[in-house]
Amino acid sequence: MIFILRKHAVSGEQKNFAKCFSERMGSMFKIVTKRQLNEAVTLMEVEAPYIAAKAKAGQFIIFRIDEYGERIPLTIADTDPARGTVTIIFQAVGTSTKTLALMNEGDFIQDFVGPLGNATEIEGYKNVCVVGGGVGCAIAYPSAKALHNAGAHVDMIAGFRNKDIVILEDEMRAVSDNLYVTTDDGSYGEKGFVTNKLQSLIDAGNKYDLVIAIGPIPMMKFLAEVTRPYGIKTLVSLNPIMIDGTGMCGGCRVTVGGKIRFACVDGPDFDGHEVDFDELMRRNSYYKAQERESASHECRMLAAGNAAKEEQKNG
Amino acid sequence: MANLSLTKVPMPEQDPNVRNRNFDEVALGYTEEMAKEEATRCLNCKNRPCVSGCPVNVRIPDFIAQVAQGNFEEAYQIITSTNCLPAVCGRVCTQETQCESKCVRGAKGESVGIGRLERFVADYHMAHVSDPVPSIEKNGHRVAVIGSGPSGLTCAGDLARLGYEVTIFEAFHKAGGVLVYGIPEFRLPKAIVQKEVDRLEALGVEVRTNFVIGKTLTIDEIFAEGYEAIFIGSGAGLPSFMGIEGESLIGVYSANEYLTRVNLMKAYREDYDTPIRKSTAVAVVGGGNVAMDAARTAKRLGAEKVYIVYRRSEAEMPARAEEVHHAKEEGIEFMCLNNPVRILGAENGEVRAIEVISMELGEPDASGRRKPVAVPGSEHEIEVDTVIMSIGTSPNPLIRSTTEGLDATSRGCLVADENMATSRPGVYAGGDAVTGAATVILAMGAGKTAAASIDKYIKEKG
Repeated sequence: MIFILRKHAVSGEQKNFAKCFSERMGSMFKIVTKRQLNEAVTLMEVEAPYIAAKAKAGQFIIFRIDEYGERIPLTIADTDPARGTVTIIFQAVGTSTKTLALMNEGDFIQDFVGPLGNATEIEGYKNVCVVGGGVGCAIAYPSAKALHNAGAHVDMIAGFRNKDIVILEDEMRAVSDNLYVTTDDGSYGEKGFVTNKLQSLIDAGNKYDLVIAIGPIPMMKFLAEVTRPYGIKTLVSLNPIMIDGTGMCGGCRVTVGGKIRFACVDGPDFDGHEVDFDELMRRNSYYKAQERESASHECRMLAAGNAAKEEQKNG
Repeated sequence: MANLSLTKVPMPEQDPNVRNRNFDEVALGYTEEMAKEEATRCLNCKNRPCVSGCPVNVRIPDFIAQVAQGNFEEAYQIITSTNCLPAVCGRVCTQETQCESKCVRGAKGESVGIGRLERFVADYHMAHVSDPVPSIEKNGHRVAVIGSGPSGLTCAGDLARLGYEVTIFEAFHKAGGVLVYGIPEFRLPKAIVQKEVDRLEALGVEVRTNFVIGKTLTIDEIFAEGYEAIFIGSGAGLPSFMGIEGESLIGVYSANEYLTRVNLMKAYREDYDTPIRKSTAVAVVGGGNVAMDAARTAKRLGAEKVYIVYRRSEAEMPARAEEVHHAKEEGIEFMCLNNPVRILGAENGEVRAIEVISMELGEPDASGRRKPVAVPGSEHEIEVDTVIMSIGTSPNPLIRSTTEGLDATSRGCLVADENMATSRPGVYAGGDAVTGAATVILAMGAGKTAAASIDKYIKEKG
């Protein structure tokens, strides 16, 4: 159980974790499936029936691992309303996602709330190109699926650094008319960036009425530049730092068309031609220095967790 | 013979230069002797003006008479017969504009310290008496309460005492609303809020955290789940920004975000993962209680300089005099009659200064306060690395946009009549969601009124 991890980190006011755990059991969220998609990217299905019943493509959840954790937003990758599960796919990059990646089937996440944000608009589009970059493919996939199910022609471009980190290829192929996989180094699919691929598809005469771009901020920024001269509507899904996800804190504000918008209630999808990507990039690096500072501490924590797990296995 | 002292028995407090480095409570509370002495200042007036000033109708002279005699538990029972959150109210209610403003003793000298006595009584009870499990006969009717802030908790408590099965839906992971995310630990310890929530749960109220109404469930779906009436106490909403240059620089927060990181997410504690900026100089823009909370929090987090930047003069400040006084004691510098023009960033995108323009007071405006007018050419920079915007809120659209037939004002506040009934039958609303940002006690009063209306509605419905 992952909760033992934290014990050593608690200074001063020691908490009785077992008690805290059992008291909160009722509101906790069980991990029912865990699958490693590549070295850094994990898929989990989490029991959250209310969210599973409601969620639409483009919406997100916020999770908090335990009492000491941050509130972290993740876009919903899929849902199974019948089983009452929500699928999340995440890359272990910060304290919370790294700890989450260590949790296993049968473990509980303390808080899991959603579905937050607005669903991606899919009505009325006939010919769409959905572009995913890296782990962003996990978020691009449900949008492609929704559009595909709504009867649109869907081309999908999925870009990765190299062959080793390609994820969700079968899933994406199943919901698109054409799937183009690109890798930066050419180790799989076509060599090159998603921007080059989109340009060549446009040059080849494809007439898209919508492009959806989801991935690293620079990727979305440059993709929006590819479509701008053609006036193709381009939606991007933004991932700013967030706390409550319901419009209360204003931390997730982004500048779109010169105006302050809140990604949690006004987004997370915005017009890619209007977004100030440079500002978003800066704001997302807000706590990078502090995250680095706490890195040594965090590594010890993760190491302790791994050691504890080894012991459990051996004992 | 009444105690004729013109002043309240002073409240013991932590030394300002000690407390501005910790998050422990500022006011330490009366001792039994102090409480008894202050209680004897009450004249027990026949016409009870103080009670008319209390939105939740606490029988003030009655409880104070018990305090004077040392019957503290009896006093507690009197307070809690109409107010389910005495330890909270005793700390954060604006008594000076409520009950204490009506106190006859206030005509000459200071009013009776009603709030201090209420706090003492609540704390005495928490320290000495363990609540028996109340036996309330359930009436079989279910009511949903949206939001667990002061209005929601009050509404839920009153309905539970009447026998209703109440479920509170809270969007955050912890109950308490603004009492846990907004008001700092040093004014309202979170353990006290938790105890009040625990007492409600002992009354049979169910609290379901991680439920965002308008998203996880809609109002109509709550009715479909078998609830007969709904109270919406969803709070003030989205923080406002000024719309000036530089508000998206690194180091600019809304007060809501800053306070939530520290209060709810415990960024001031080593054992929590929540990051917060390590500031040297901070400008807090605004003059309300939330601005004072943000400024005093920034000071405690280690900022050397903390400024309140406010466009009017101190006389017009909406913050409680007590909060302004405490802030000044703790070394917060007040830069009144200054209005931000823009926030300046360094090359790395972080705040380096705020440019303000001097203001002077002109003719009274719509609010009756003298209108601040910019002095041309008086722009100047204040070197800061953090700016906290505390200039109000605008209503959250989540519920009104997902509920048909629920009327809102042009600003977006829910419309409720004097009984807290909205335009939808069975749906009641109160607190900041209706009034816009106001006080804890007014929200509690609205929750109380709504509970009575809901009781009437369900009984008449049969």
